[in-house]
Amino acid sequence: MNDTDKPQPGQPEDSAGQTLTEPAPGDQQGERSRSVLRDIASGDAMAGVLAVFLAVFVGSVMIAATDEGVREAASYVTARPSDFFTALWEAISGAYSAMFRGSVFNYLLTEPAQQWRPLTETLKFAGPLILGGLGVGLAFRASLFNIGGRGQMLVAGGAAGYVGFQFDLPTIVHLPLALVVAMVAGALWGGIAGLLKARTGAHEVIVTIMLNYVAYYLLFYALTKDWLLKTPGSVNPKSPPMKDSATLPKVLGDQFNLHLGFVIALVAVGVAWWLLNRSTLGYRIRAVGENPHAARASGINVGMTYTIVMMIAGSLLGLAGANQVLGTVTSGVSLDLDASIGFDAITVALLGRSRPLGILAAGLLFGALKAGGFTMQASESISVDLVLVVQSLIVLFLAAPPLVRAIFRLPAQEAK
Amino acid sequence: MRLVLRGITKRFGSMVANDSISLTVEPGEIHCLLGENGAGKSTLMNVLYGLYKADEGEIELDGEVQHFTGPGDAMAAGIGMVHQHFMLIPVFSVAENVMLGNETTGFAGTLDLDASRARVAEISERFGFHVDPDALVEDLPVGVQQRVEIIKALSRDAELLVFDEPTAVLTPQETDELMEIMRQLKEAGKAIVFITHKLREVRAVADRITVIRLGKVVGEADPTASNAELASMMVGRPVELVVHKDAPTLGADALVVKDLRVTDLAGHKQVDGLSFTIRAGEVLCVAGVQGNGQTELTEALLGLQDDVSGSITLDGVELVGRSTRRILDAGVGFIPEDRQVDGLVPSFTIAENLMLNRSFRSPFVKNGNLRLGALREFAQEKLQQYDVRARDIDSLAASLSGGNQQKVVVARELSRDLRLLVAAQPTRGVDVGSIEFIHKQIVATRDSGIPVLVVSTELDEVVALADRIMVLYRGRVVGIVPADTPRETLGLMMTGERPKDLKDVAS
Repeated sequence: MNDTDKPQPGQPEDSAGQTLTEPAPGDQQGERSRSVLRDIASGDAMAGVLAVFLAVFVGSVMIAATDEGVREAASYVTARPSDFFTALWEAISGAYSAMFRGSVFNYLLTEPAQQWRPLTETLKFAGPLILGGLGVGLAFRASLFNIGGRGQMLVAGGAAGYVGFQFDLPTIVHLPLALVVAMVAGALWGGIAGLLKARTGAHEVIVTIMLNYVAYYLLFYALTKDWLLKTPGSVNPKSPPMKDSATLPKVLGDQFNLHLGFVIALVAVGVAWWLLNRSTLGYRIRAVGENPHAARASGINVGMTYTIVMMIAGSLLGLAGANQVLGTVTSGVSLDLDASIGFDAITVALLGRSRPLGILAAGLLFGALKAGGFTMQASESISVDLVLVVQSLIVLFLAAPPLVRAIFRLPAQEAK
Repeated sequence: MRLVLRGITKRFGSMVANDSISLTVEPGEIHCLLGENGAGKSTLMNVLYGLYKADEGEIELDGEVQHFTGPGDAMAAGIGMVHQHFMLIPVFSVAENVMLGNETTGFAGTLDLDASRARVAEISERFGFHVDPDALVEDLPVGVQQRVEIIKALSRDAELLVFDEPTAVLTPQETDELMEIMRQLKEAGKAIVFITHKLREVRAVADRITVIRLGKVVGEADPTASNAELASMMVGRPVELVVHKDAPTLGADALVVKDLRVTDLAGHKQVDGLSFTIRAGEVLCVAGVQGNGQTELTEALLGLQDDVSGSITLDGVELVGRSTRRILDAGVGFIPEDRQVDGLVPSFTIAENLMLNRSFRSPFVKNGNLRLGALREFAQEKLQQYDVRARDIDSLAASLSGGNQQKVVVARELSRDLRLLVAAQPTRGVDVGSIEFIHKQIVATRDSGIPVLVVSTELDEVVALADRIMVLYRGRVVGIVPADTPRETLGLMMTGERPKDLKDVAS
């Protein structure tokens, strides 16, 4: 490396050239938010692991602090410290073993099928998280922050649900049709944000957040009208249940809830990997995400790329929505169909560093947290909210890499 | 004030930016720091100015060891820095800028503007700066803005002035004026450190020259040393400073630009009625001070400007109104003026950067799939051919030096079938060795019968490459003159003046 001189902020470099043309102030700001986004979305794998580790540790402290046994033993800790540590151990190990039993393997049961059942639950929860994570992560790679996962899921779920209960078709046609409709609806909803960004420069964060509201109230409206989604004769804002021909089939037989959605998610991981690493479209997406100026000067239509990326992202979130409506909760479309997956997907994408395989791993982890959280609440009476706290802490630690580095005394990242 | 730097070492991680550099600057002396980009000159000055803390070594002013924790300390100790990019607030007056950060205040915190005004007037008079304290900085020419920076430093009783590449933004005339100012300051007993990589300027004003290469002092040179001697000290090997080229073999008119107008987003006409022609096998150099429409001209040629009127035809094909992609397809090669912004994706590998403008067609694309094998083979070949010094084709572009980054851009552009090459500041921030190489490539391109448009603010480069020179001022052509036009004439034209007896040369 010959380039030994480091430009300082506001301190010009050696000579005309290196990093010098000062961008216009507005541009500079865009540049900064882009690089921050890039840092958060594509930090190294170690940062992800450490963030999870830290979050679990803080979670343990919270379990201990809220556990009654621990608090009781703490009141006479100076007299009998062993009591305190025993209580501490019991609270924390109890919580995490319950989580393990709820998410992977229940060793308290005897029948193998029942023992492994939690794992299938984990996979069931992981499916839409992976799909959504891919949708958000793909947008990240183009330097777009897609917060509109919820809206895209709601619109797609509503559309898929309509197809699901309204039509009478053979499964071979009905299910694929419902899935395609969901993808198209999601793509259109995501595409609006992309198109607005491309044409008017509207910031995608603001647009997607607002589109979440629009989607929510559109769905709400549709759920109050008989001719749209509402079950005729019912007072609840809920659609009729899905026809069997439109539901995602159970892949391991009826005793497990795991349905085809997880398989679709796995396929989507493969497709996304190919798209980003092996296709020309993915190459252009990455070029636009890393340096839109150079992409533009090289003949790449940046605005069009934004729009396409948001459409693909929307279609992936649309699949996540269909996964919920046609697979997990087939009793009918309702306003909470997204089950906060639209936002969890952001966390998944961040933890997976916007890479398809990373998102697969992160989605599985979050699926396990979801599945295990319920068991933890049931058997150890620890609030399921704790899981949400751990999830949120993961993002927090991911977003503050210097904090994690400081805690683990890692060296600062070398400047290039 | 006498400055002594003793054994300054500054490391960034495993990289040594300054390797025990020692330097003495006497009062009443202009001491030149000569070195290539990235040699460590700016790092050294940032250590001196308190922006970086040295890992080893000490700074001594008039025999006292200093411990600066920030620029404030350095300023208080009498060090003034004139930055290459001015640290001025455009909408403030000169007096307001000068007092900024050092305001004297009266009752209830009111600013004592009169004191500052008087100070500006006094300094301005003493050194013959001719600066109006009440003028708004944004209304002043670049050369005068630089004087405001100097006044600002002097108003804080700086005894040691550091000029960091001060001439990059100046016209030749303004450069001469700056040299004169530096001499005056020297007469007044100030110590001056002058950082540059331009040999001509060094020899014009320096009393002593210290050459830095790869973070080390490689020696002192005499101001009487020849350009070739100084250059080889800087680079560490003999360098050819002259571009060898034969008389051009001119073909038909290839690029015809008629009445080109470019309006920027703010509604200003940046290019205002430009007409010129380049013939096949000819290099037309666009000379001018930075910011006189060159950027907009090249961007208009590439379809990167939104508001363009007039006509640009290449071999009879109209380019105005075409998308960038279609212009590239028409055979236009583009070396952008800022490779970090428009030329490269820093976080991509060298191989990925080499296909940046060919992501739509063969040879690297088949049915929407990347042909990574073909790309690797191509990259391997270009790495050799263009002498890009990198570990391998998977190195990130960001990890390369400026010269090697530029070679990657040049390799990408020249390895297509070109009908026109547009090279904007092709050697800016590039080491002397790479400059030589890139110039040879540009001449070879011309000799293969391709029209070439070179934009450069460095007169040396313009004169070296041009078959004809077009001088731009405020978006208009001042004149199109032969390559052997005297420098003084070119310098004058760059200020917008057209000598009376000037004759334009047709192609």
